Amino acid sequence: MLEFAQGIENTNLSRTIRELLWVVPWVQTVHILAIAVVLSSIFMIDMRILNLNGTTQTMVQTARRFVPWLWWGLVVLTLSGTILIIGEPVRSLVNPAFWLKMTLLLIAIISTVAFQLTLRRDAGFWEKPHRAGTLTRVLAVGSLLVWCGIAVAGRWIAYAY
Amino acid sequence: MDIASFLTWLQNTELAVFIQLSSWAFPSIEAIHVISIALVFGVIAIVDLRLLGVASSDRRVSDVTRDCLRWTWIAFGAAVITGTLMFVSNATVYFDNTWFRWKMVLMACAGINMLIFELVTARSMVHWDDGTAAIPTAGRIAGFLSLGFWIAVIACGRWIGFTLYDLPI
Repeated sequence: MLEFAQGIENTNLSRTIRELLWVVPWVQTVHILAIAVVLSSIFMIDMRILNLNGTTQTMVQTARRFVPWLWWGLVVLTLSGTILIIGEPVRSLVNPAFWLKMTLLLIAIISTVAFQLTLRRDAGFWEKPHRAGTLTRVLAVGSLLVWCGIAVAGRWIAYAY
Repeated sequence: MDIASFLTWLQNTELAVFIQLSSWAFPSIEAIHVISIALVFGVIAIVDLRLLGVASSDRRVSDVTRDCLRWTWIAFGAAVITGTLMFVSNATVYFDNTWFRWKMVLMACAGINMLIFELVTARSMVHWDDGTAAIPTAGRIAGFLSLGFWIAVIACGRWIGFTLYDLPI
């Protein structure tokens, strides 16, 4: 991995990103704005599952309202994240915090797809009105924690290097 | 006590020294700050986009604000606490930082914008709450400005981290 990262580091693109000192801060700003979109969408869905928010809307309506923002946010995060990795490949790829982040991200994506699939199969799956089961609650809180963990691990990349 | 000696005193308090010396305190505080500010901006953006007619258009404005604002305030509280802790750990340097000063000014602007909306524009909300009447221009401007101010706050915040010391990134 180190050799691979050093290979990227020696490309012209990587050099350009490093030499233009404004690129990394601005791309990181875009990255944080996209994190805001993703985290808030997940937050609103999970609060709906916990019956703390938006109870005038069904789960299907809630999902339709927020899930597209989540996926588009992830697209922006992937693009901006890729630029950051190309700029500083060794710092990110040879870094335990980065791989922890990717592992958590995989879990988060799988659980989001699972959420959408359960809704498609059974629109009322997540709604036992006013008595959301313990498991449902655990999943909602767990999902939020995993997404927060991704953000924490992401910030830790800067310190674990 | 003038401001310079106050800031020096601040960053020499036990708490400030602990944050400086600890290997995990600053990154942890910073991570919570990022999550808080992500929720402040992301959730307030839901209201702003409703005011602009971009999203949640089938919901009452009052429903959207009721769902969102309490979370924004909680997240804002967490962002202020973590932000203060980071500031305290290096008060003199942050205070001199241009991006930091702009961030504070822009947050004040976001606050004034919100106050004007709450105290003036939102008074007539019953007339445009359910979408049968168009949202007044003042409301749309408030949504637009709020998005702009918060995006700028986040940009300044990120730039602070790159301009604290004259180090190459």
